[in-house]
Amino acid sequence: MATRELMYREALREAIDEEMAANPTVFIIGEGIAERGGSYKVTEGLLAKYGPKRVRDTPIAEAGMIGVGVGAAIAGARPIVEILYVDFAMLGMDMIVNQAAKFRLMTGGDGRVPFIMRTQGGTGGGVAAQHSQSLEALFYHIPGLRVVMPSTPADAKGLLKYALRQEDPVMFLEHKHLYMTKGPVPDGEHVVPFGVGDIKREGSDVTVIAWSNMIPRTLEAAEALAAEGISVEVIDPRTLVPLDRDMIIKSVLKTRRCVIVQEANRRGGVASDIASIVQEECFYEMDAPVEIVAGMDIPVPFNLTLEKASVPQKEDVVAAVKRVLHVQSLAAAAE
Amino acid sequence: MGAAASLQNAPSREFLEKLFRTAYKIRVFESEGIKLYRQGLIRGYFHPYLGQEGIATGVCAALSEGDFIASTHRGHGHCIAWGADVNKMVAELLQKETGYCRGYGGSMHIADISKGNLGANGIVGAGTPLGVGAALANQVKGSDAVTVTFSTDGASNNGTFLESLNLAAIWNLNFILVIENNQYAVSTRIEESTRDTDLYKRGLAIGVESHQVDGNDPLAVHAVMEQAVATCRAGKGPVLIEAKTYRHMGHHVNDPGKYMPEEELAYYKARDPVDRARNALREMAGVSDEEIAAIEAEIAAEFADAVEFSKNSPEVTPESFREFAVGY
Ligand SMILES: Cc1ncc(C[n+]2csc(CCOP(=O)(O)OP(=O)(O)O)c2C)c(N)n1
Ligand SMILES: [Mg+2]
Repeated sequence: MATRELMYREALREAIDEEMAANPTVFIIGEGIAERGGSYKVTEGLLAKYGPKRVRDTPIAEAGMIGVGVGAAIAGARPIVEILYVDFAMLGMDMIVNQAAKFRLMTGGDGRVPFIMRTQGGTGGGVAAQHSQSLEALFYHIPGLRVVMPSTPADAKGLLKYALRQEDPVMFLEHKHLYMTKGPVPDGEHVVPFGVGDIKREGSDVTVIAWSNMIPRTLEAAEALAAEGISVEVIDPRTLVPLDRDMIIKSVLKTRRCVIVQEANRRGGVASDIASIVQEECFYEMDAPVEIVAGMDIPVPFNLTLEKASVPQKEDVVAAVKRVLHVQSLAAAAE
Repeated sequence: MGAAASLQNAPSREFLEKLFRTAYKIRVFESEGIKLYRQGLIRGYFHPYLGQEGIATGVCAALSEGDFIASTHRGHGHCIAWGADVNKMVAELLQKETGYCRGYGGSMHIADISKGNLGANGIVGAGTPLGVGAALANQVKGSDAVTVTFSTDGASNNGTFLESLNLAAIWNLNFILVIENNQYAVSTRIEESTRDTDLYKRGLAIGVESHQVDGNDPLAVHAVMEQAVATCRAGKGPVLIEAKTYRHMGHHVNDPGKYMPEEELAYYKARDPVDRARNALREMAGVSDEEIAAIEAEIAAEFADAVEFSKNSPEVTPESFREFAVGY
């Protein structure tokens, strides 16, 4: 299929643009997203094309913004609320957890909430503890939400288009480090359904599961390991809820080894839950315990060296893969 | 502010009868519902609207099909005034499959999105952003529908009160915030939660047309609402209406409300909104006591039928619930 090289942020913009053109009830609100085009330039040009009714700047009022987004979705529109940092979504947690996630059940299934919160998280900017969190586990824990974490421009576009066509509240979690990354995006209509993972690299010795910005890092690790003759299969679930359990289980049954990489701190994280699924389904077929490579259980510090130390790096992934393969490093063997 | 009970054009009998029917229906629903609660047929939270009927009655009478409402934890009256099916309401309280929410929601979550009822809410203050959101959706769609959020004195000190009303204001949304100031949040008096107890002034502070009205006077509420709806449809919304009122009992069915001073309660009971609606029908439209008694009997019978319907409705089963849960 023909593709074009697009940046992650351009791919997101295409998705919004195409869906706004197709559906007049799609609209977007956020801080500085209209005239200025947003802090990450995702919404550039949309104001000129769709006008101030459908592309609106808001005051700094996250609980209110998320709340009106949820209300608009309940009332039959398809709002996208852009929140500058996932850290700021915490101000709107009542609206996400107690309203958006609950409405469908509380109405016996009649009420649906096609609300999309687009936001970004993760480290990489040296922007310190209140602007660097990876908070997917909070949303993952809440039944009724969909949790989407694209790692490539193509996935970003396809998943956002799908989000704008389904009926449930979506936590669309982008990564601040990915906006400027480039990748091939298929020409024409490109929609990626939820709950379908993607094998980012095929391999036979170890399955490594990762998402968001841990995908490029894991792919680098896989490349380095390939040079040492180790074949790594990299699985990107793309959506954490719903989770493509089948793809994960199938891969682990094939490689018999599993490493899970998450940028978020380890305690209570999504990786732990995936590990529990893997051990439940694959335990007797496995040659090593599941390894989790995760952020440290501490807020992200400002100092760049410490920031790096607090979240998984390529070397951490390489080391974990070797551990599940029982490969001793030369240095360790020499001791 | 202001909006004294306006009797500019003498209201029609039809209109006055509608007001009385609504107010009385709420009164019956709540007082009979409490009996069902005492019999153990209803469990959980039940916040009666007794004493506040004039507000939902007057507000909804000024709205049209296609408009939206969002409600509170004390929401039965709003549903009824909005024209809800009493069978489905009672069935929901009795946690039956035939209830508005299949028994999954209960008293605090009755909603009917097909009719523009965005639902009651178990979170104090949550209805305000949701209502503003519905108004925003309507503006995006090019509809001139109006959305009313019924809110409370308690919710007025929550951050989303300002955030969402301000959003409605900068976007000129067709949104009306009706604050039912019953002067209590559970047992906490309004004087303890805010220095200035005239809550309508908060709208003025951010450039929103704001009114204060006697919430126990359904005609006065209706008059100020008509004005508010006109403001909205002229593209000059939102509007804030503070309706002063008082509960006839404690916060919920199991709260004896001992903290409510007797004289104060007596003062408001002497200004009972249902009596006022009845008197208006009798005095302004010349409807006889016999006719009124017939209306009351009809409404009581409708409620009794709803109880029968609900008792005879099928129970919700774990099997169907497990099916519902797939893919959650
Ligand atoms: C966010 C939140 N905090 C606390 C409660 C518990 N609660 C339920 S009703 C209530 C009092 C509400 O008073 P008010 O808002 O004035 O409404 P009223 O009961 O008087 O109608 C409280 C504190 C809640 N449901 N939600
Ligand atoms: Mg109150």
